[in-house]
Amino acid sequence: MKVFALVDCNNFYASCERVFDPRLKNRPIVVLSNNDGCIVARSNEVKALGIPMGVPFFEQKALIQKHDIAVFSSNYQLYGDMSQRVMDSLRLFAPDIEVYSIDEAFLRLDHLQPRNLTEYCKTMRAKVMQWTGIPVSIGIGPSKVLAKVANRVAKKETDDGVFDIRSRQAQDAILKTLDVQKLWGVAWRWAERLRRIGITTASELRDASPPIIRKQLSVVGERLVRELRGHSCIDLEDIQPRKNIMSSKSFGNLLTQKAPMAEALANYAARACEKLRQQNSRAQAVYVFVQTNGFRETDAQYSNGLTCTLTVPTSDTRLIIEAARFCLNRIYKPGYRYKKTGVMLLDLIPAALEQKHLFADSDQHSNDHLMATVDRINRDHGPDTVFFGAEGITRQWKMRCGSRSPRYTTQWNELLRVS
Amino acid sequence: MTAIIPTAPENACPLPLASCRVEAGFPSPADDYMEGSLDLNEHVIKHPSATYFVKASGDSMTGAGIFDGDLLIVDRSLEPAHGRVAIVELDGQLTVKRLLKSQGRFSLHSENASTPPIELQEETEVVVWGVVTHVLHNLL
Repeated sequence: MKVFALVDCNNFYASCERVFDPRLKNRPIVVLSNNDGCIVARSNEVKALGIPMGVPFFEQKALIQKHDIAVFSSNYQLYGDMSQRVMDSLRLFAPDIEVYSIDEAFLRLDHLQPRNLTEYCKTMRAKVMQWTGIPVSIGIGPSKVLAKVANRVAKKETDDGVFDIRSRQAQDAILKTLDVQKLWGVAWRWAERLRRIGITTASELRDASPPIIRKQLSVVGERLVRELRGHSCIDLEDIQPRKNIMSSKSFGNLLTQKAPMAEALANYAARACEKLRQQNSRAQAVYVFVQTNGFRETDAQYSNGLTCTLTVPTSDTRLIIEAARFCLNRIYKPGYRYKKTGVMLLDLIPAALEQKHLFADSDQHSNDHLMATVDRINRDHGPDTVFFGAEGITRQWKMRCGSRSPRYTTQWNELLRVS
Repeated sequence: MTAIIPTAPENACPLPLASCRVEAGFPSPADDYMEGSLDLNEHVIKHPSATYFVKASGDSMTGAGIFDGDLLIVDRSLEPAHGRVAIVELDGQLTVKRLLKSQGRFSLHSENASTPPIELQEETEVVVWGVVTHVLHNLL
């Protein structure tokens, strides 16, 4: 029988902040979205105060002050690096792992003796805590859907952070009181449809007739029923190199002029190209979009996007920036207050695959060399040590990230200091 | 020709070892002895996912060879033990101290004649953040 574990980091962003500053240990913490707009992560103390997820930061300012809540801009460099450390630690315990999100991973634990499994997971949890300082919860189950349910129980109802739902008794007890909408993959719309045929709890869904569920929710719903019964239908997925790369951010302030937007776009394109070269791919097309702020009802609204095909597949930042600006020139319209632009690199292919093009310039090799040099300088001496003129120098469009903690693990000049 | 089957790029394996060209003359007699290069990371970092770089400030640990501005290599996977230098949580601050154990209890020692050791009260819990394995001191 297959055995899955879902490992989920507790309040991941807040936990990352706490690793490097012990004064935050019992202090409530919120982390804000890009541009300091909304609350995207909360420590347990903040959840207990009833501050919801995703609400605008400014609406909560009074409460935040009253309870002395520590506020952080998101520090994705830190969270990304800590995530990598957590996942690498888990790999030492289970070779089969699917990194499901920045703070969650599915593991296959079949090769272990079931009798020792809970103990094994407790050890794994203790080691992740010791090596990274990040607390995790672990749910064990015979299918991914049940492992996810078990994880919920581990997080909310256990002291040691591990829960095994492989026994029929445990499944009955937990599923009986669990709202279907809390199940992995069940959205509001599905829950609504199930309610109409009298299904509100997870155990009711498990015991429903698969053909009926199939009629209501397609094969995906039927698969869910089987997973709830402990028959694994969804295995670990291999992570493929990304087929598209997106880089997009909101501006610090709304922009009306094309020039600063073009700078921002060039900057995002340069970031996307770095990622492209990191995974040894080349792009065959570039998509660019612009949009105004849909939440400002008094503003005139406009959004548009355009794709431009590249003559030869490339990972040369200069060519990508040129293509992105070409798109922007065609979709930018004066008279609007823009909130955001972004670039997506499309139809990626492995750099090794590329065919020689009749009209392509033959300088590919020296261009690759130049880009590799740029990447190396920026890696060794910090981001933006060298950059492209098109990215601009003053960068007034830059996002707000006024309360970001130091990038403790990815920047030489922001390391943790101890005396 | 019916199909072109490319080799997958992930199978590409750069080979840094053999250095000489063989089409003319004799191969270098040193080729048989090539061993690859030395990697300092590999030498000082035994547990990459548990290793952190930390900057020292102040002169409370000069006796242990740790000076202001030095780079400390900290391994969180190592257990605290008598005599080890560690990063410790103390009053909400992270600080570097030598751990000494007597009668089953740790005390924290600075290594500078002017700083007295910190005897920990019974109720004080020592939380060790990580064990310092190396110091990188810049001589330039």
